[in-house]
Amino acid sequence: MSAIDASASAPAPTRRHPATPPLRSPATGRHRGGRRTLLRPRWLWVHAALTYVFLFAPIAVLVVFSFNSARSGSRWKSASTTWYRALWRNADIQRAFGNTLKVGLVATAVATVIGTLAAFALSRYRFRGRLAYSTFIFVPLVIPEVVQGVSLLVFFLGVLRLQLGMRTLMLAHITFSISFVIVVVKARLAGFDRRLEEAAADLGATPAQSFLRVVLPLAAPGIAAGAVLAFTLSFDDVIISSFTAGVGSTTLPLYIYGQTKVGVKPTINALSTSILAFTSTLLVVGMALSRRAQRRGTSKGLDTTMFGG
Amino acid sequence: MAAPPTSEEVTNGAEPPSGDEGATGAAPVTPRPRHARSEGAKAHGLLGPTTIWLTLFLLAPLVIVIWYSVGTRGVINPVQHPGGKLNWSNFSRALDPSFLPIFIRTVAYAAATTVASLILGFPLAYVIARFGGTWKNVLLGLIILPFWTSYLVRMYAWRFILDENGLANTVLGSLGLGRNHQFTNTHWAVVLGLTYGFLPFMVLPLYASLERMDAGLIEAAYDLGSNRFSTFWRITFRTSLPGVVAGVLLTFIPALGDFVTPQLLGGTRTQTFGSTIQDQFGQGQNWPLGSAMAVLLMAFILVGVFVYTSRVGEDVL
Repeated sequence: MSAIDASASAPAPTRRHPATPPLRSPATGRHRGGRRTLLRPRWLWVHAALTYVFLFAPIAVLVVFSFNSARSGSRWKSASTTWYRALWRNADIQRAFGNTLKVGLVATAVATVIGTLAAFALSRYRFRGRLAYSTFIFVPLVIPEVVQGVSLLVFFLGVLRLQLGMRTLMLAHITFSISFVIVVVKARLAGFDRRLEEAAADLGATPAQSFLRVVLPLAAPGIAAGAVLAFTLSFDDVIISSFTAGVGSTTLPLYIYGQTKVGVKPTINALSTSILAFTSTLLVVGMALSRRAQRRGTSKGLDTTMFGG
Repeated sequence: MAAPPTSEEVTNGAEPPSGDEGATGAAPVTPRPRHARSEGAKAHGLLGPTTIWLTLFLLAPLVIVIWYSVGTRGVINPVQHPGGKLNWSNFSRALDPSFLPIFIRTVAYAAATTVASLILGFPLAYVIARFGGTWKNVLLGLIILPFWTSYLVRMYAWRFILDENGLANTVLGSLGLGRNHQFTNTHWAVVLGLTYGFLPFMVLPLYASLERMDAGLIEAAYDLGSNRFSTFWRITFRTSLPGVVAGVLLTFIPALGDFVTPQLLGGTRTQTFGSTIQDQFGQGQNWPLGSAMAVLLMAFILVGVFVYTSRVGEDVL
C-alpha cells in the first residue's frame, strides 16, 4: 500500500520526513519530478499487466482452441475449422441464433424508444420527485437477476397466465434493458447545450422542427450507444432468460448453458468464439458512435457514460 | 397524468395570506410557476411509458413474489392462500438447516469475491487514473471489453481450462506434474470465476473517483509532514471512497445472486442460494418456498445496502 504513495509523492520531499523516498526513484532512476510518469511505479504496472493477462488469457485460450481439430478440446492437434463448419450444420444452433436475434431486436427497439423518452425528461426538465424517479430507475440494476427472473416467471405463469415463449422473453428483456438505456442516454444528454435550441427558435424553427433537426441529430449517437448496450445485454442474457423462455424459444446463451451442464465440447468453443466476435463487433460500433458523439461535443467520455457521470 | 406542484410553486403560493397552494390562480401573477408546472407535465408525459412498464413488469411481479412467499403450495394453482391465511413457515423453511449453510456459503462467496476484486482492482484503477497518460482510454477500454462480451462465454472459458480433462491438467500433465488435479467443484474455482466476472464492475467506479482526485492534495499532505501510509489512507483512499462504495455494491450484489458461475465451475459442494431458488421453480416446484427465498435474498441486499451506505456516509453516493 505504501508503495502507491511512493509513486504519488510530491516532487519535493521534506527533511522532516525520513520515510519519504529519495529524489531519484530507485525503481527507474528517473527524476521523480519529471513529467514522464508513465513507467515510474514499476510494480503497479506489473500488477496491471498481470491483471490484463488474467482478464484476457482465458478468452484467448478459448479462441485458439476453437480452431483445434482434436475431438477432446484440450490437447492441440492441428488447426482446422471443423467445429465452425459443424456449427453451420447444426439446426438447433441456427434456430437459437434466430431466436436470439428476434428477441434482441424487439427488446432493443422498444427499450430504446421508451428509455430515450425518459432520459429526455430526466435530463431536461426540473420537476418534483425527479431524484426519487432517478432512484426508481436504478431498482432493476440493484435487484439480483435471479430475483427478477423468478418474479417475472410467477407473474407470467401465475397472474397473466401466459405460456412461456418468445413473447414472455421479449417482455423480460425489455424490462431489464430500459434502465440501462436511460442511464446511458441521460449521461449523453447531460452535456447538451440548450442554447442551440434557443438559437433554432430565434431563427424561426417551431419546437417540432428544432427537435427533429437540432436535438435529435445531436442526441442520436447517444441513443445509438444505448441501443447497442441494450442489444448486447439481451444477446448475452442467461439468468433472466432461463426463467422466462419456453420450449421453442431457446436462445444461444441458453443453448450453451444447457450444453455446458453436460461437459466441454469443441463445438461450444467455436460457438463461444463466434458470439465473442459478434459482441466485440457491436462494442467497436458502440465505441465509434461514442467517439463521434464526443467529437461533436454532445457527450462526455466513456467512463462518465458508463456511470451516469 | 397530473403534475405535482413544484417546490417553487409551493413557496410562491405560501406568500399571500390566502395562499391555497393547489390553486392555479397564482399562475397569472407570477409566470414562472406556470412554466415550471408545464415542465412537470411534459416530464411526466415523457416518463409515462417507463413508469407504466416498470410498474407492470418490475414492481407488480415483485409484489406477487412477496404475496406468494406467504402462500401454500397448491395442487391446481401452484400457490394458494387457503382462507386468506398467511403462511409464514416458508421463511423458517428457507433458512432451516438444509438451506442455511447454502445461504451462508453464498454470502461468503460474494464477500470473498468483493475483497479479491478490491485487492486486484484498486491498484489497477489507481495506476490507470494517475499514470495512464494518453493511454488512459485504451487501458480503460480493455477493461470494459470483457464486461461487454458474454459473461457465460467467459465462465465457459474457465471451465475449459479447469475441467477434469481441461487445459490446466493437460499442461501440468505434460510437465510431469500430474494430470488428475481437481480444480472445478472447489470454493476456489467459484471465487476465481466470480472475481473474473465482476472485476470490471469494481475497476470502473474506482477509476471514475480516482481520476477526479487532485494530485496536489497528496503533495500537500507530504509537505505537511504526513507519511506514506497516512497519506494513502487519509487522502488517496478517502478520495476514492465513493468509487469503493459503488464498486463494492456493483460486485457484491450480482455475485450474491449469480448461479451460472457456481454451476459451471462448481458442483453440489458449491451450490449457491441463487441455484437453490432456481430449483424451487424447476424440479422442486415449490413456488412459495422459492418466493420466500427470493424475498430473503432481496431483503438481505436492501438491509445490507442501507446499513452499508449509512455507515460509510451518504455523501459518498
